[in-house]
This record gives sequence, C-alpha cells and structure tokens, in this order.
Amino acid sequence: MYKYSEFDTAFLAERNAQFRAQVERRIDGSLTEDEFKPLRLMNGVYLQLHAYMLRVAIPYGTLNSAQMRQLAVLAETWDKGYGHFTTRQNIQYNWPKLNDIPDMLDALAKVGLHAIQTSGNTIRNVTADHFAGAAADEIADPRPVAELIRQWSTDHPEFQFLGRKFKIAITGSDNDRAVIKAHDIGLQIVEQGGEEGVRVIVGGGLGRTPMIGKVLRDFLPKADLLPYLESVLSVYNLLGRRDNKYKARIKITVHENGIDDIRNRVERQFAQIKPLFSGVDQDILAGIEEAFAPPALRQTSARAFEAAYTNDPVFRSWADTNLTPHRDPGHAIVTISLKAHGATPGDASASQMRVMADLAERYAYDELRISHEQNVILPHVAKADLPALHAALKEAELGTANVGLISDIIACPGMDYCALATARSIPIAQEIATRFDELKLEHEIGELKIKISGCINACGHHHVGHIGILGLDRAGVENYQITLGGDGGTDATIGERAGPGFSAEEIVPAIERLVYAYLDLRDGGDEHFLQTYRRLGLAPFKAALYPDHQREKAA
Amino acid sequence: MTTIVTDAGFGPDTETGTWLDLASDTDPAGLSFQLDGVTQIRIAFPSFADGRGFSIARRLRLMGFEGRLRAQGHVLADQYAMARRSGFDDIEIDDDMAARQPEDQWLARAEWHAHNYQARLRG
Ligand code: HEM
Ligand code: SF4
Repeated sequence: MYKYSEFDTAFLAERNAQFRAQVERRIDGSLTEDEFKPLRLMNGVYLQLHAYMLRVAIPYGTLNSAQMRQLAVLAETWDKGYGHFTTRQNIQYNWPKLNDIPDMLDALAKVGLHAIQTSGNTIRNVTADHFAGAAADEIADPRPVAELIRQWSTDHPEFQFLGRKFKIAITGSDNDRAVIKAHDIGLQIVEQGGEEGVRVIVGGGLGRTPMIGKVLRDFLPKADLLPYLESVLSVYNLLGRRDNKYKARIKITVHENGIDDIRNRVERQFAQIKPLFSGVDQDILAGIEEAFAPPALRQTSARAFEAAYTNDPVFRSWADTNLTPHRDPGHAIVTISLKAHGATPGDASASQMRVMADLAERYAYDELRISHEQNVILPHVAKADLPALHAALKEAELGTANVGLISDIIACPGMDYCALATARSIPIAQEIATRFDELKLEHEIGELKIKISGCINACGHHHVGHIGILGLDRAGVENYQITLGGDGGTDATIGERAGPGFSAEEIVPAIERLVYAYLDLRDGGDEHFLQTYRRLGLAPFKAALYPDHQREKAA
Repeated sequence: MTTIVTDAGFGPDTETGTWLDLASDTDPAGLSFQLDGVTQIRIAFPSFADGRGFSIARRLRLMGFEGRLRAQGHVLADQYAMARRSGFDDIEIDDDMAARQPEDQWLARAEWHAHNYQARLRG
C-alpha cells in the first residue's frame, strides 16, 4: 500500500494549517459566508440539515488497519460513535462541530488520510475498483494510477473553482465494478500490442440528467495520462456552462458540443501541454507501483474451509454470497456486509470499525477496502482462515450473508440527514430488507440490486439499479418512482421509468409484486432479475406493478 | 483606489502601459492574432467562484505570452498561490477587499512555490 512521502506529509500539514486559519478568518469576518463556503467544501465540510458534515476520502477505497482504527477514534471523539460509508468511497461524519473539524483533520493526517476535494466544484476523490489488486479478472491494479491522479489533482491551481464538481473513476478490469461510465471521466486500464494504456471515457453522470459516458480516446499511452487529463479539464473549465448549475457538468458540455468537437479541442490542448511534462511523473508512478506490490501470499490447506462449507449451513450461505474468487486459488476476497437487515445501509459503529481493523490485521495482510456499494472488503484472505474470520464477524454482527442480494441496498442519506432531500430513503431500504428477510426469499431470488435516492440528484445511483427507487415530493407527500433495468456494470444502462410513483406505504408491496412477477417469469433459477428483464422488457413487470390498471383496461 | 498584491505584499499600481482587458469568458484560442505587441494583460475575476481566469492565464502562457499578467477583481487571499501558479504576476484588488483581507493574509500564501504537486509531477 502507498505510504505518504515526506512531500505528502508536509503538504497535508500546511493544508490543514490553512484550513484552521480559514475557520478563524470566517469567524473574524475576513471571509464572508459566501467566500468561506467553497473553501470549506474543498476541505470536505458540508452544511447539512441538522449540523455540519465532514466527508473524509478513502483514497481509491483502500485503508490499512491503523487508518480504520483512526476512523473509529474520530467517530467516538467528535461524532455520535458511528460513521457512514458512501457510494463514492468516502466516510461521512454527520455530527461534528465546525470548531472541531481542524482537529479532526489533524487526527486524520496522522495516519495519512484527508478530506481534500471530497466536495465542492473540484476534481473529487478518485474512486477505483474495490477488488483492485485481488480480482482474478484484472489486467493491472488501477490504484497506482489513481494515486498518481490524486497527487496531480490535489490543489491543482487551475481546477479549484470549476463550473461544477468533477468525478473520476478507474478500473483495471473488463468487469467494471467502479461504474466508470457514470463518471465525468472513466478510465479503464487496457492492453494493446503488449503495451499498457488507458481507455478514456467522458461525460457520464447520474443526477437529474443521467448519461452514459462516451469514449474520448480508445487507447492512451500511460505516460500521456496526466497531460491528457489536464487538457480535458482545461477544455471543460473554459467551455463548460456557468449560466445554469444544472447544465454545468461535463456531460452537458459533451452533449451540447458533440464528442468530436471536444476531442479536437482536447487534442489541440494536449499538443501544447504534453511537452511540459519531463517524464518524472512516470518515475514517481513507478515508485507508487512498487508501494502497491501485492502482499506475499501464504500457502495454506483448504481442508478447514471445505469442512466448514460442508458441515455448517450458516457458513456455507455466507461463503456463497460474500466471497469472490481471488487471483490466487488459495485465497478469497471477502465482502463484509454493512447491510444487516433493518440497519442503515453503510453505517458502521466505532466498535465494528475496530473489529474490522483487527480482523484485517490478523487475517488479511492489513488491508481493507470500501466499496461504492457501501460494504467493506478484505481483499486477500487465505481460505484456511475463512471459518475463523466468519465466526469473528458473526460475533460482531457483521456476518450478514446478503452481498449482491435484494437486501444489499444502496441508499443515500435522504430526508434523515440531507438538506436537499425530497423523501426518506434509509427507512425504505430498511423496510425492504426486513420484509424480504421475513419472506426468507432473498437467496431464492439471487442477484438483484436495489438502489434508492432521496431526490433527483441521484446520490443513491437509482438510475443504475436493477430496481431503482427515486423519492420525490408530490404536494408535500412522499412519492416513490420506480425505474427498471438499470445497470452500473460493463454494459452500463440507465433504467426505464416503470410508471406512476407509489406512496411510502405502497412502495414495499410494489417491490414485492415485482419480485414475485420475476420469480414467475424467470427461465430457471440461474436467470437473474436483470437478465429476465432484458429478455422480456418492461411490459410484464409493469403489469405486476399496476394490476388495477390492467383490470381497468380489460374491462 | 486599488491595491496590487505581489509576493512582497501590498503596493500601489506602478504600471503605466496600456492593458489588454479580458473578460472571464474569453476564449484564448481566438486571441493569438491580437497578442502582437501586447505587453500587459488583465483578466477579470467578476467573482472568486469563477475559476476560468486561471485556465485563461495558463493558456496565454502556453501560447507564449511573456508580458505582465494581472488578475483583477474579486480574488481571495486563499487564491493567491493558485493565481501565481497559473501564470499571473500580480493581483489587483479593491480597497474593501484589502481592508477585509489585510496584507498578512496574502503574505501567508506568498510562498507559492512550496508544496506544489503539479510542479513536482511535471518536473
Ligand atoms: C448529504 C449531503 C449530500 C448532498 C447535499 C449531496 C448533493 C449532491 C448533488 C447536488 C448532486 C447532483 C450533482 C449534479 O448532478 O451535478 C449529487 C450527486 C451525487 N452524489 Fe451527493 N450529496 C450528498 C450526499 C451524498 C452521499 C452520502 C453520497 C454517497 C452515498 C453521494 C454521492 C453522490 C453521487 C454518486 C452522485 C451522482 C453522480 C453524479 O455526480 O452524476 N452524495 N449529490
Ligand atoms: S440524492 Fe438527494 S437526498 Fe439523497 S443524498 Fe443526494 S442530494 Fe441528498
């Protein structure tokens, strides 16, 4: 794992001192509230419904146990004893006091963490495949490139006051687990004629105008990445609209000017910028790659694993849903579900964070990951250790066996915390999870991704949920709209609206009707919801959602 | 009256030449033919939140402009290093801003060469 260089450490100390001074200058009037706002945002500080919120970056989703323990310390010292992991590989603290935040940032710096550019109209925390460095299907670990981009984008003088936020995601695998096509820039590490390079996708995004990104450059040599990104951002900074906040993202710039025009502008700019890069960034990248060298994996016997798998049905059920193949057949990737039925998706208490940190240290070569699906991952666990690990997780109430299933729901904070919300999302997620747990159906249903947002901004990724739920406000009453067939993976697709929305009381029964319809319609247990939907289209699901309407038509 | 901010702090405006004034929505690509003989350019910052001026300055430098580049308008002390790193020589602020954000707050950002990730990566 990457460890901060002296340069990083000195930079962060200076940056934190600057923020401390900014808070004081806000209080003494040197900065107006308007002026202070983007400065606090670029340091991760939001003003929410009830209080300030601090959003801390988990760079490319990777943490070591010391960092996870420090997140627990923050939760206990300055918050209410828990934190919330988000879809963008951040952790949010919902109850800090503004005056305490500089101390929180100093505490984070001690373990090499920060909150820089987790908010505001800046280049945000770069996100990466949460199975990076462990997945069997990957061409290269994307994290070294992500770290390089983190350094390049941090405090970039041209891009701290962009027209709008700018999100970059990267994957090193054909199986996209980082939703790269729904980002302002999505990067995929690819190989061409034995050379490693990057495919650059631009103009994806969710929010009120969801769009799937388009290919800007099919193969970019790795050494050209930073000057190329700088060119894209420079074009966006000058060409992006500033007259209307809702048309300010690069997806609109691409849509209005056309991808070819954008490509020409970028290439022209690139020709000027590229010669200014001497190539030392590639030496720095080589150093980062070394730091990310995979751990020396232990070779163990699989016998304990097989015995537990055969004899313990609880372990078997967990192993079936929460394990993913590792590139080393003697190891597995473990996903720890933060979606216990009825709990708040993505919340973890300080004691749970400590348990996960201890287990990572003991069984997982000291590495943890945060996924955009709001779960925690131990990327390298020897199969022999899985039964002991599972037992420890169960004891900490972290043994829920539901990864990828209907109760593994992504939900944004919604009305419970967010000032922009038009409806609640967390309680809907809790009710759905609890209901399907009662029905004891979720393993039978198999893979099904439900994603819920509490307003049109789509923080809960509802557009790319197999079933998406969007909470709106209709004349003061919550109204939940369903979209179907969305997909955040390699075949990224925006879901289709199913029809009129449902009240808070009607939404869970509506989801139930949908799921029963799927169980009737599917072509055997191996056909997942999304596959059935793709085969049959909207009509039969619509009929299940709106049975009265069908009857009226028939009458 | 206005104040000119440089690495040395506050000072009066000592430039006497003619300025080419650019709005923040200028497309620098269209300017190349106008730059002949121009020795000083002022780029407007109508609001500190309008960050286009930083990219305009950088583009002008990339196009080979070596004269004086000034950021004029609503710029914060917090943006001083960004402006210098993007290619500006100095910043022109009004008296209200100079009173509200006095010289020491700008001098605190005067060492803009330090802690510069981009310079380090470019080499
Ligand atoms: C609670 C305070 C929050 C506020 C005020 C907020 C605000 C917003 C806004 C205004 C947008 C729309 C941006 C646009 O379309 O230009 C947005 C999008 C988004 N936010 Fe949030 N958000 C919050 C929390 C979160 C959380 C907790 C997450 C992660 C779970 C998150 C992740 C995202 C994502 C993934 C998008 C959509 C992707 C895109 O930018 O196109 N946000 N947010
Ligand atoms: S989707 Fe809306 S309600 Fe949910 S967190 Fe984002 S802004 Fe808030």
